[in-house]
Amino acid sequence: MRQKMHLTVMGLLLTVCLMAGTAAAKQTELTMYYPVAVGGPLTQVIDGMVDEFMAENPGIKVNAIYAGNYNDARIKALAALKSGRPAQLSVLFSIDIYELIEQDAIVAFDDVVQTAEEKAWLDSFHPTLMENGKTGGKTWGIPFQRSTIVMYYNKDLFKQAGLDPEQPPATWDEMVSMGKQLTASDRWGIMIPSTGYPYWMFGALAMQNGQVLMNGDGNATYFDHPAVIEALQFWKDLGGKHGVMPAGTIEWGTLRQNFLEGKTAMMWHSTGNLTAVKDNADFDFGVAMLPASKRRGTPTGGGNFYIFKQTAPDERRAAMQLIKFMTGPENSARWSMKTGYMGVSPAAYNTEALKDYVSEFPYAAVARDQLDYATAELSTYQTGRIRKTLDDAIQAALTGAKAPEAALKEAQGVADRLLKPYR
Amino acid sequence: MLLPRKNHVHAWLLLMPAAILLIAFTHYPTVTTVVKSLFSKGTAIRPSRFTGLDNYGMMMADPVFWKVLGNNLWFALGTIPTSIALAILMALFVNRALPGRSLVRMAYFTPTILPMIAVANIWLFFYTPDIGLIDQILTGVGLSGHNWLGDPATVLPAVMVMTIWKEAGFFMIFYLAAMQNIPPELKEAARLEGAGRWTYFFRVMFPLLMPTTLFVFINAVLNSFKLVDHLFVLTKGGPDNASNLLLYYIFETAFSYFETHYAAALTVVLLLLLAGMALGQFFILDKRVHYR
Amino acid sequence: MTRILDTFQAYLEITAAWVLALLWISPLVYAFWAAFHPGAYAVNFTLGAPLTLDNFAEALSRAPFLRYAVNTVVLVTLILSCQLLLCTLAAYAFARFDFPGRQVVFALVLIQLMITPEILIVENYVTLSRFRLVDTITGIGLPYMASAFGIFLLRQAFKSTPRELEDAARLEGCGTLGVMWRVYVPLARPTYLAYALVSVSHHWNNFLWPLIITNSVETRPLTVGLGIFGAPESGVNWSIVSAATLLSVAPLLIAFLLFQRQFVQSFMYAGIK
Repeated sequence: MRQKMHLTVMGLLLTVCLMAGTAAAKQTELTMYYPVAVGGPLTQVIDGMVDEFMAENPGIKVNAIYAGNYNDARIKALAALKSGRPAQLSVLFSIDIYELIEQDAIVAFDDVVQTAEEKAWLDSFHPTLMENGKTGGKTWGIPFQRSTIVMYYNKDLFKQAGLDPEQPPATWDEMVSMGKQLTASDRWGIMIPSTGYPYWMFGALAMQNGQVLMNGDGNATYFDHPAVIEALQFWKDLGGKHGVMPAGTIEWGTLRQNFLEGKTAMMWHSTGNLTAVKDNADFDFGVAMLPASKRRGTPTGGGNFYIFKQTAPDERRAAMQLIKFMTGPENSARWSMKTGYMGVSPAAYNTEALKDYVSEFPYAAVARDQLDYATAELSTYQTGRIRKTLDDAIQAALTGAKAPEAALKEAQGVADRLLKPYR
Repeated sequence: MLLPRKNHVHAWLLLMPAAILLIAFTHYPTVTTVVKSLFSKGTAIRPSRFTGLDNYGMMMADPVFWKVLGNNLWFALGTIPTSIALAILMALFVNRALPGRSLVRMAYFTPTILPMIAVANIWLFFYTPDIGLIDQILTGVGLSGHNWLGDPATVLPAVMVMTIWKEAGFFMIFYLAAMQNIPPELKEAARLEGAGRWTYFFRVMFPLLMPTTLFVFINAVLNSFKLVDHLFVLTKGGPDNASNLLLYYIFETAFSYFETHYAAALTVVLLLLLAGMALGQFFILDKRVHYR
Repeated sequence: MTRILDTFQAYLEITAAWVLALLWISPLVYAFWAAFHPGAYAVNFTLGAPLTLDNFAEALSRAPFLRYAVNTVVLVTLILSCQLLLCTLAAYAFARFDFPGRQVVFALVLIQLMITPEILIVENYVTLSRFRLVDTITGIGLPYMASAFGIFLLRQAFKSTPRELEDAARLEGCGTLGVMWRVYVPLARPTYLAYALVSVSHHWNNFLWPLIITNSVETRPLTVGLGIFGAPESGVNWSIVSAATLLSVAPLLIAFLLFQRQFVQSFMYAGIK
C-alpha cells in the first residue's frame, strides 16, 4: 500500500515534469505493439497497467495493439515502419535485437535516459536478462515478458517408481537413470520438445555441457564445438540408446497435454506454462532447475521492450516512462504472478506481494534462482535463418536423418557464410 | 454475331475496373517478382543492389529448396491420384440407390466447406503420439503407437492423408455431376451386350468422364502447390523440413527471415512450374480429351 | 448363386460407402465431442462423460470470435459484391463486344486462374502497404475482386443467352448497360448463385493471405483468429480449440446443412462450366 502511494506520488511528479516539458497543452500519443495473440487474461493485465499509467500521466495517451505472436508483432512493427506510420514502442522477441538494429528501427535506451535515476534504472534488472538486450556497449531492449526453461516432474509417478519425489535429477546421469526407472510400457521418463523452439532447448543442453551457442556481438556461432556436438548426441541418446524418451521429434504444443495425462514423468518446458500446469494437473507435480552436465544452464527467453527510431523526442521520453512504469517492481511482480513469467528485477522479488506468493508457491521462484546459471538466448544477425538452420540440424539428428556431428558442422557452415559480412 | 466495332470504347470501359485490379494484383506483381529476384536483400544499413542471378545460384546451393521442391512433387504424386480415385468411388457410391444417400453425400462433401486451418488442430489430435486418437486405437488393439508427425518418414504421408480427406469430397461433386449427365441408355445398351459393371465403367463411363478428370486434375495440381494452411498448425514444415512445401518456404523466407528477394526467386520457380503445367495442359492433355 | 453374390456385393458396397462416410465425418464428430465435454475428457472417451458448454464460454472470453465473425461477414460480402459487379461488366464485354485484341486480353485474364493471388503474397503485400491498405478489410479483399473464374463463368452464361432477347430489348430503347441489366443478368441467375456460393465458401475459409495482410482484431477474419488462437505455441487445449472451431465454422456449416442441394449443385454447376 505504502509503495503504491509512493508510486502514485512519483507518477504525479513525473507527470508535472513531463507536462512542463511538453508545453503543457500537447498530449503525447503512444502506440504500443504487444505480442499477445488474442484477448483474455494477458491483455487484461496489460490493459490494466496501461490504464493506471494513463491515470497517473494525463499527458500521455497509450494505445496498446495486440499483434499476434512474436513473429506477427515483428512483421507488423517493421511493416509499419516502412509505411511511415510506425508505433513508438513494442514488446518483441528479445532475440530480434540484431534484426532491428540492422533495419535501423530502434534507438538505444542510453540515448533516451537523462537523469541519474533513469540511468540507474537501466542497471536495475537481472544481469542475465539483459544479455539479450545489450550489444556494442549499449542497451537496446528492456526485459518484460521473460522466461527460462524449467523441468516439470510428476511426483506421483516418482513415488510409484520408488524415487524420492523431493529429489529431482540434478545431473544428466541422474536424469537418465531416474528416467529409466520411470519409463514404463505406457509412459516415458522424460520429454524435451523439439518442434517450435528446438534451438532454445538446445541452448540449455549446450550450456550445461559447458559451451554457449554464440558470441555477444551476434556475428559468430559455435554449433560445431565438440561440447555442443556432445550435447546433441546426448539429446539423441535419450530417445535412442537410453530409451527414456520417444524417438523422433516431440511436439512443443501438445507436450503439456502429454505431461498432464501422465504419459511422461518429466518434461522440459517454458516457465510460461507454470500457471497452466498448476491449474490442470490432477497429480502432485514439482518444478526443478534443469540438470547439469558440467554445470547447470538454461537460456532465457521471451520478449523485451524496444523504442522505435522514428519517434519525436517527447514520444521517446514518454515511451521510456511507460516502460519504466511497466517494468517497475510492483508491476513486474503482479505480471509474474498472473502469468508465470519472471519478475525482471531483484526488486520485483522483494515486493511483499511476490514474497508472499513465493512462500505459498515456491516453484514460482525456481526460474529466478536458475537465472544465476542462465545465458542469452540464441540471437545473431540474420537471426531467423540461422535459428532455422540450427533447428533443422537438431531435428535431422533427432530423427536419425543425419549424425549429430555432421548436422551441426553443416549448420555451422551455413551460419559462417551468413555471418561473414558482419565480422 | 457481335456488336459492331464502333462500340470499342464501351467494351474497354466495361473491362476497365476488372482490368485495373487484375493488372495490379496479377500481372504487375508477376513482373516485379522477376525483377526483384535479381537484387540482393536490402536493409537500412546495407541497401539492396543488383546481383544478377546470384539469388538463383544461392537457390541451387540451398538444400532446403531442393528438399521442399522434392516434397512438393511427392505431395502432388501422393495426393492427386488417390483423391481422384476416391472421388470417383464416392461419386459411384452416391450416384445409385443407397440407404441414407444424402447423409453419406453430405459426409463426403463436408470437408470442402470446413477451413483447413480449423480442422488442422483436430488432425493434430489424431496424430499426436500416445494420447492421440490413432495411437489410442492402435494401442487399444495391441499395436504400438507411432510418432506420426515426429518421424520424417511418416510426416509427409500424414499431411497427405489430411489433404486427401479435404479434397476427395470436393472432386466427387464434379464426378457426380458428370455421371448424372451420362444417358442411362448407354448403361442399358452395355448390359444388353453382356458387359459387366467393371467393363461398363472402364469402357464406357471412364472415357466419358475424361473432361471432368482433366478439370479435376488441374485443380488438384494447383491445390498441391497452393494449399499450405494446415502446415501452420500441424508441422510448420518440420521435422527438418520433411513436410515443408514450396509456398510455405516462400512464406517463411519472406515473412520470417525477411529475405524478400530470395523469396522472389523462389516465387519465380513456382510461377515457372505453374506456367509449365498450363502449357502441358494445353498441348498434351487437351489433344487427348474431347471437350464439349 | 449369382443372385446371392450380387446381394453380397451390394451389401459390401453399402458398408464401404458408410465406412468411408464415417471416416470422412470423424474429425467433425471429434470436434463436437471435445467441445461439449470438460477438458479432462478431450483425449479420453468415456461414454457417460458429463456435458458442458463451458468450453464455448471460455473460447469466447479468450478471443473476440464475434468480432472475427463480423469481420468475415463484411469481408465475404465486400468481395462477393465487388466480384459480381466487376465480373459482370468484364464478362459482358468479352461476350458481346468485338474489339481488337479481345482474344489476347481474355488470355491475359485467364492467367489468373493459374497465378492466383496466394502465390504473389510478397509483392501484393508491398503494393498494399504502398497504398496504406495493410491491415484493412479492403486490403484482404482487393486482390480477389477481379476474378478470372467469375469472368469466365459469366462469359459462358452470357454467350448462351439468345440474341433475339437482346434485339427485342434494344427495340424497346435499352442502352448497352440496360440490355445487360434487363436481359443478360436475369437469365444468368443460376450462374450467379453458383458463383456466389463457391466464392463465399472459398473466402470464408481462406487463410494464408488474410494472415499476412491483417494484424489486428478489427480486421482479422475467423480463420486467422482461429489460426492464432489454436497455434500450438502456447500449448494445445483441444476442448477450447474445438469449441472455437465449431463457433467459426457454424455459420457456413448450418447454411450448408440447410441448403445442401443448392451448395452441391452450385459446385457442380461451377465445375462443369
